[in-house]
Amino acid sequence: MSELIRRSAAELAELLTAGDVSSVEITTAHLDRIAAVEASGRAGVHAFLHVARDQALAEAAAADQARADGAAPSALTGVPIAVKDVMTTAGLPTTCGSRILQSWVPPYDATVVRRLRDARLPILGKTNMDEFAMGSSTEHSAFGPTRNPWDLNRIPGGSGGGSAAALAAFEAPLATGTDTGGSIRQPAAVTGTVGVKPTYGAVSRYGLVALASSLDQAGPCARTVLDAALLHEVMAGHDPMDSTSLAGPVPPVVAAARAGASEGIARVRMGVVRELHGDPGEGGGGYQAGVRARFDEAVELLVKEGVEVVEVSCPSFTAALAAYYLILPSEASSNLAKFDAMRYGLRVLPDEVADPTAEQVMAATRAAGFGDEVKRRIILGTYALSSGYYDAYYGSAQKVRTLIQRDFAAAFEQVDVLVSPTAPTTAFPLGDKLDDPLAMYLNDVATIPANLAGIPGMSLPSGLADEDGLPTGFQILAPAQADDRLYRVGAALEALLTRQWGGSILDHVPDPARDGADLQGAAR
Amino acid sequence: MSAISREEVAHLATLARIDLKPQELDRLADQLDVILQSVATVSEVVRAVEDADGRPVPATSHPMPLRNVTRPDEPRPGLSADEALGGAPAAEEQRFRVPRILEED
Repeated sequence: MSELIRRSAAELAELLTAGDVSSVEITTAHLDRIAAVEASGRAGVHAFLHVARDQALAEAAAADQARADGAAPSALTGVPIAVKDVMTTAGLPTTCGSRILQSWVPPYDATVVRRLRDARLPILGKTNMDEFAMGSSTEHSAFGPTRNPWDLNRIPGGSGGGSAAALAAFEAPLATGTDTGGSIRQPAAVTGTVGVKPTYGAVSRYGLVALASSLDQAGPCARTVLDAALLHEVMAGHDPMDSTSLAGPVPPVVAAARAGASEGIARVRMGVVRELHGDPGEGGGGYQAGVRARFDEAVELLVKEGVEVVEVSCPSFTAALAAYYLILPSEASSNLAKFDAMRYGLRVLPDEVADPTAEQVMAATRAAGFGDEVKRRIILGTYALSSGYYDAYYGSAQKVRTLIQRDFAAAFEQVDVLVSPTAPTTAFPLGDKLDDPLAMYLNDVATIPANLAGIPGMSLPSGLADEDGLPTGFQILAPAQADDRLYRVGAALEALLTRQWGGSILDHVPDPARDGADLQGAAR
Repeated sequence: MSAISREEVAHLATLARIDLKPQELDRLADQLDVILQSVATVSEVVRAVEDADGRPVPATSHPMPLRNVTRPDEPRPGLSADEALGGAPAAEEQRFRVPRILEED
């Protein structure tokens, strides 16, 4: 048998069902791979903030028992997973990439985590992220950046760079993410993996450390479209603990992924969004040539398959980034007020104050516990919400949100799905945009409109850019609660591209493990 | 003209309960100035649409229509006191122990 770590989750599930391999063997192979890849510490990939070896192996043994009893609760029972550190895990640290939660162990599981446990997916550990999910590079983690397995001097995207890098480095077959402005899709794009932001409300937000509550949505991260669909069905579903949780059934995403791969997508009407195509003068100019080339070729490929492609215009999208960077900081400044140094997390006493007040302790703790980007957004949000500025900033941003929803509604009257490049560039060098917040924010220009409107979006690999050999992402957007369309179109495109490439794009990723140590214990 | 002054940033930091250092105030004032000038375009975009349509654009706070959700008010297990206090910086007699909350007179 070939290396277990290179198998897709769907293949691992088949092996488990056939009894050819145990969950303990699969989980051990991934834990050994994590040990090898993460051995370089912060100079290496550094996808994980915490590895839960003993618990994962115990969960794997329980999964094996459930399968032996003929009582596997899910198709993915026994397939291990990495969890973004924004999701609370009872008994496992949850830091959100922040000093202020450095040693916090939550007393309860997020609903998403509870669903993973109920389906008996062993949890390998918690993945690195930009502090409180604020960033597009994972450089804003208080515990050091994650590095891109394609090039260790480059960013893995963010905020979910840890989950995406773990997949690209074959440290985990599946991972979870959260997407507030692109934090699942942009990391997927720059690491050559697949990421899906479901419809707002499809996956429970209970137990997710909130960034911007009206934008946050958890979703699956994987190496294939089918794997993402399998995980989507485990994660999604109504939750009475989240008042914004959708009540209806989860769209048939697994069936859609299988149908897209086997039957193709002739007769699908697809719209290329002019404002997200990176044409000069269209607001989102400056897209890298290789990103646009791979996108245009993928569209051509679909046209040859009989897909009807039209250009659509969504004029308000040019204001989406500005609206987002008012709405997000406003909601974040409110959500992060709970870090008050009183009930959980860090408490720092101010210097040179003999008997400090609670307010002074709170201010000293937040000064020491929050990083630069978090402070920047809290102050920005506090300003946008203050009287005198509210109408011009936050009020106008909410109106732009209406305009963006109208643009999507009009576009989806013409077409079934919308497509664009996921991110304007491939992975950029570490440190490149760290001191230029506006340049960093531009990474999200194509992903943000979906969050503002609450609609689902997927990123899948479209190839490697000629100029740097790094992965490029193809984004698909669908109307609210039509998540299955993403999977149908995504699986069809994935099948066409892998046939053209003669395999997965991740066949070309360099091995970040030192001295080939990954092969020991990983090969079975 | 700058959109935000260093003094305003200092006041906002006080409101947000973040004890910023002088050099942080300098840097943030510069950065926020650039960001605010960039995001201020939202009001121009909205004004252009409102002028063309001759009516105001309604605000949207949330992607889906929100409705209140209630459940029967029935007792059910929650966190124990020990679990709830497990992450507290300081606890005493099954309560959160906090610094003094009143100014000295």
